[in-house]
Amino acid sequence: MLQWLPENVSTYGQGVDNLFYAIYYLTLIVFILVMGTLIVFLIKYRHQEGKRADYIEGSTTLEIVWTAATTVIVFVLAMFSYPQWNNIKSPTQFPENPDVVVQVSGKQFNWDMTYPGPDNEFGTDDDLELENELHVPVNAVVHIRLTSVDVIHSFFVPQLRLKQDALPNRFIEVWFEATKAGRYEIPCAELCGFGHSGMLGYLNVHAQADYDAWVQERWPQ
Amino acid sequence: MHDNEHHHEESFISKYIFSLDHKMIGKQFLIYGLLMFFIGGGLALLFRWQLAYPDQPLPVIGASQQYLDEGEVVTGADRMWERIYESDKEEWLETNMPSGVITPEFYNMLFTMHATIMVFFVVVPILVGAFGNFLIPLMIGTRDMAFPILNMLSFWLAVLAAIVMAIGFFVPGGHAAAGWTGYAPLSADPQWTGVEWGQNLWAISLLIQGFSSLVGSINYITTIINMRAPGMTLFRMPLVIWSLFIVAILLLLAFPVLSSALALLIFDRLAGTTFFSATAEGGGDPLLWQHLFWFFGHPEVYILILPGMGIASELIAVFSRKPIFGYRSMVYAMIAIAFLGWIVWGHHMFQSGMRPGLGSIFMTTTMLIAVPSAIKTFNWLGTMFRGSIRFTTPMLHGIAFVSMFVIGGLSGIYMANTPVDIFIHDTYYIVAHIHYVVFGGSLFAIFGGIIFWFPKMYGRYMNDALSKIHFWLTFIAFNCTFFPMHILGVGGHMRRISNPQQYEFLQGFEGMNIFITMSAFTLGFAQLILVFNFFWSMYKGKVAEQNPWQVNTLEWEAPTPVPHGNFGQIPTVYRGPYEYSVPGEESDWIPQAQPEHAPATSGD
Ligand code: HEM
Ligand SMILES: [Cu+2]
Ligand SMILES: [Cu+2]
Repeated sequence: MLQWLPENVSTYGQGVDNLFYAIYYLTLIVFILVMGTLIVFLIKYRHQEGKRADYIEGSTTLEIVWTAATTVIVFVLAMFSYPQWNNIKSPTQFPENPDVVVQVSGKQFNWDMTYPGPDNEFGTDDDLELENELHVPVNAVVHIRLTSVDVIHSFFVPQLRLKQDALPNRFIEVWFEATKAGRYEIPCAELCGFGHSGMLGYLNVHAQADYDAWVQERWPQ
Repeated sequence: MHDNEHHHEESFISKYIFSLDHKMIGKQFLIYGLLMFFIGGGLALLFRWQLAYPDQPLPVIGASQQYLDEGEVVTGADRMWERIYESDKEEWLETNMPSGVITPEFYNMLFTMHATIMVFFVVVPILVGAFGNFLIPLMIGTRDMAFPILNMLSFWLAVLAAIVMAIGFFVPGGHAAAGWTGYAPLSADPQWTGVEWGQNLWAISLLIQGFSSLVGSINYITTIINMRAPGMTLFRMPLVIWSLFIVAILLLLAFPVLSSALALLIFDRLAGTTFFSATAEGGGDPLLWQHLFWFFGHPEVYILILPGMGIASELIAVFSRKPIFGYRSMVYAMIAIAFLGWIVWGHHMFQSGMRPGLGSIFMTTTMLIAVPSAIKTFNWLGTMFRGSIRFTTPMLHGIAFVSMFVIGGLSGIYMANTPVDIFIHDTYYIVAHIHYVVFGGSLFAIFGGIIFWFPKMYGRYMNDALSKIHFWLTFIAFNCTFFPMHILGVGGHMRRISNPQQYEFLQGFEGMNIFITMSAFTLGFAQLILVFNFFWSMYKGKVAEQNPWQVNTLEWEAPTPVPHGNFGQIPTVYRGPYEYSVPGEESDWIPQAQPEHAPATSGD
């Protein structure tokens, strides 16, 4: 089933996919065991003439065993997940000194990208605003300041394994490092009105040289 | 028998309409829920069409290709559209689906109302309103609810709520279109959606529905605490009564939270407050809505499943002819779910911008709540272990409940896992999960419960051949409809989009979407069988004896049809509800009300 996952092109995406696979196999095994047991029981203990059910009220040992076992399994799973989650979402754990900082703002029904320009400050004259086109270099740490001017949108790049809601009047920090050049879609994943379907931006991941050329073109020096 | 005589003198109105009898009110809720089920299902089929064939005219009522291309009237539908376009009035069909093509605004309204109706007007009214009302007094051995007038009020408030909700479809600007979760600011200000009174009526209707639930839940709690038959200790109550008891407490505590949130939303929309909008001046916060909604919403989803678990437990014990495996741990698991249910709401908000640290905490609590769900599943298996399983139609539904709930529970683990949820949040993966727990779980339990208790409700059996056809069609079509949605979700297919073909990365899913839509239409069709069977059997079904399935619990002690006041003499309870196949006993069942050592009586 997981071969349907879009190709992963971010540094942390592999970690997410590993967890995905781990849970997939875990749940698959549980599913097969439970369903297998169920089917065996249904066949073996079907009503047969002259045979009665056994009077069994339960088993405290079994109750304790399966309560403890499931608790342990889910906690182990959780332990493996905390670091991944923090790595992706906790601003205190982001790689420092990003190569690129961009503000992405949702607006019915577009993504507005704002580059701070050479002075690295938003709200100055050298800012650059682009509609629906995000340009970043490959293998570089990108910080995104996510916000919205109207309703809630959600910044989703399937190939990066990144999704984060964009809220009005709030600036939410996310980051990524793309590992492969290409043009990827940025759909909006949170219902935001009648134009929600089709609200679509593009992430252009360039080779470093191409990216430098792009910067040079925008801010000639 | 004063009660019985009184019964015959009742007028039509006081017997069938403004009835105070818990059984009649239960049946009223059941028919109400089934009717709403059709409306909710119909809406779903409309938007499923759009997903499979984006921007193509609907079958039957859509205009033909010739008409669209050249204006040439070919079919009856073309004639209708011709008439609509020629009239000066802006007609409803023209606004929402010109030539039979669903507009994006209408699409949003369709899925919003589909979910709203299914959650608030189908599953809760049937599970809690119908089964709660019908079963509680009968199964605990009393004559009626503690507050019969409140009980009637609860039903008529629900009717009022449905009427208000229905009006919303026809007001200018259309019905609510911000999702059943009604996220602010989208829902809080008409400028973002163009929806004016639709959203207001949505909120007002849910407020009324909230009162209905509140009144009902107070009644259930009081009745269960105070009016149990002699000998009916708490731990002799059938699990379905336990589940309804716990659900009533959850309803009592959860609904006021939604009601407050709805009231604030109405203020935001009509009185210019800014509780949920984040204007620099206003100082409100959109996340406040999400916290309030999900603080209600997560207990609500357990309200949707717990009675289903209760019903499935009854079915599995009765038709395995065995006691419930681990009766007490089943009760404790439900209580654990009810407690933990209050501290997991943040798992709906992992990607919302809530602090990431909170995400980790909510992941932990959510993983914990998977434990009682697992316990219950293992206990159902344990109940079948070394049983003598009868594959009656209700039992088939009970087995389907368990297997579908397992899938729904397991898919919950993926989403509870925060890093994985980053990817699958707001995709079809969630849609698959919801439907495996609520349709695969609750609805199969409802179907099973209806067939199981029908003989007590109407004194007749439902037609078994039709029930079996309905079951198998539903089971197969259900899985064909919803299982592939997991795959869509893994592919990143967002929920709530009207046209997946707008996206490059979703191009490969067209065939799957068509397959899902075909299956959904089959699924919808199969439900017609159920409804036909239901109403036909009411009048024409085979007459049932008093206790056709040989069940121990008290509702089967009452004569069929159950008279006003339920029991001639209130039964005394001597044992737990699941004394099946007791060693040394001749019969494989001992009714709860049978005194020690008296010989078991036969089924009629
Ligand atoms: C094993 C137990 C369960 C776990 C671990 C679990 C976990 C979750 C999580 C984490 C979400 C949020 C996913 C997201 O939006 O990204 C979710 C959504 C949902 N769950 Fe469950 N769940 C469980 C059982 C249930 C049950 C029993 C029901 C109802 C009968 C249910 C109904 C829902 C619904 C309706 C939603 C979606 C609400 C929406 O966004 O529209 N879940 N579940
Ligand atoms: Cu959107
Ligand atoms: Cu939840």
